[in-house]
Amino acid sequence: MSDLSRLRADFPLLQQEMNGRPLVYLDSAATTQKPTAVLDAMDAYYRRYNANVHRGAYTLAQEATELYEGARAKVAAFVGAASPREIVFTRGTTSAINTVAFGWGMYHLRPGDRILLTDLEHHANVVPWQLLCRHTGAHLDYLPLTPDYRVDLERLADRLDERVKVVGISGMSNVLGTIPPVARVAAAARAVGAITVVDAAQMAPHLPVDVAALGVDFLACSAHKMLGPTGIGALWGRLELLEAMEPAEGGGEMIRDVGRDESTWAPAPHRFEAGTPPIAEAVGFGAAVDYLSAVGMDEVRRHEADLTGYALERLSEVPGLVVYGPPEVEHRGGAVSFTLADIHPHDLATILDQQGIAIRAGHHCAQPLHRLLGVPATARASFYLYNTRREVDALLPALAEARRLFGVA
Amino acid sequence: MSLDDLYREVILDHYRNPRRRGALEHPDAHADGQNPLCGDEISLDLAFDGDRIADVRLQGRGCSISQASASMMAEAVAGRTLAEVEALMRRFKAMMDIESGDPGIDASRPGAALGDLEALQGVRRFPVRIKCADLPWATLAQALESRGAGSA
Repeated sequence: MSDLSRLRADFPLLQQEMNGRPLVYLDSAATTQKPTAVLDAMDAYYRRYNANVHRGAYTLAQEATELYEGARAKVAAFVGAASPREIVFTRGTTSAINTVAFGWGMYHLRPGDRILLTDLEHHANVVPWQLLCRHTGAHLDYLPLTPDYRVDLERLADRLDERVKVVGISGMSNVLGTIPPVARVAAAARAVGAITVVDAAQMAPHLPVDVAALGVDFLACSAHKMLGPTGIGALWGRLELLEAMEPAEGGGEMIRDVGRDESTWAPAPHRFEAGTPPIAEAVGFGAAVDYLSAVGMDEVRRHEADLTGYALERLSEVPGLVVYGPPEVEHRGGAVSFTLADIHPHDLATILDQQGIAIRAGHHCAQPLHRLLGVPATARASFYLYNTRREVDALLPALAEARRLFGVA
Repeated sequence: MSLDDLYREVILDHYRNPRRRGALEHPDAHADGQNPLCGDEISLDLAFDGDRIADVRLQGRGCSISQASASMMAEAVAGRTLAEVEALMRRFKAMMDIESGDPGIDASRPGAALGDLEALQGVRRFPVRIKCADLPWATLAQALESRGAGSA
């Protein structure tokens, strides 16, 4: 077992107690805790470098701009982009996917065209495409799952033809943990002339990402799910696609020249960053990817695969507990969703909270997926590099307490 | 506050054996209540005899607190006049600290003011769950409003 427990000291929030017990934070699929390095980088930015970017002629503004653009270069390197110009800073994964839907989709889709998603998708990779369909007359289609919760590649051929212009796919399910074969789907999409858009909100924090090796066209992620601050994320896009795209938002910073009636746009990526950007957040995002790179994403993945395998094993000891997701660790990440007998997930979350354990209950912004699973809600424990086997162990007595309170035999 | 005070036996009984389940063929008033964040759902049918609630039927799914609250509410409002139901709603919301007011609960006479619903007092100590307990009551208010709108 890889040992990353030395890292826990880097996360001040994890040092506290909750309801009289050591806090066991198992909701990193919702948002992650922040290491001191990220907090310090943002604090230092405001204390020493704060100025608006890309406009001041003075030294301080130049330094702020270098920090902001430096963060872009770090994120570019982290996902294997060909150039920092391929990284657009957005508010997060949701706004990144909307940027593609409205900057690319609006100009390339026609009535009768299709957008192919998978049954795994988070609402962030469903609703923007529904809006786009409403505007363009295109239709949505979904690639189904196999009985063991993997994307059914055998159905790819009959879902994918020349009418499909966009394939939207999760890089890792936030509910089932499923890691779909993105590269294979993207290759098939390319063969029929479709672009592939990856929702990497869960993938980028937990798996090594190389956009060139994946062979995809766009990839979206959120800083706060990968040790960084809220309010910022990234859209990676192939440069020729970004350069051909229209901005979804207009305003300052994104223009080349503004006339009274018409304007021309700045080149990518600034074309898509209207208004003063979240500069401190970009600096924090850069510090977060530095931290992850220093640990090594292969190491992060190894640690989480170990924890996930251990959790699946321990949870299988609990009578009446059902886990939704692939049983083999090589096909899944550390989002483990489950139900326990007839105890509703909200009740489970309340009971675990009293033991200091933070888990998520609900549909996790994936209602269509939960309808397929046939449950209105699930409880979800999700892991990150700072979690330990002892924290997995803490689930067991808490779940036993839930069974006692509800009188489950 | 212990969990045993939250998950009282009477709450689990209403959760597992919900009263007045089903739908009315010709309801005089109807409302659907949802908590989009957690997916709890309540579907409520009412039949009136003058200003008296002659029948109540409920469907829905969700956590023990929302479903037990719905079942207890259905029992509490059946056969009551609108004025009595409104008084009950005020007492319930006062008990849950949703609105100010005196729920009129006498610790020496448990159940005298609000019946089984008094078992939900423990929910107050779990603020994120208050909305679960309130969902059926918000749905009832909606159904009463829709009836007002329909007959106006």
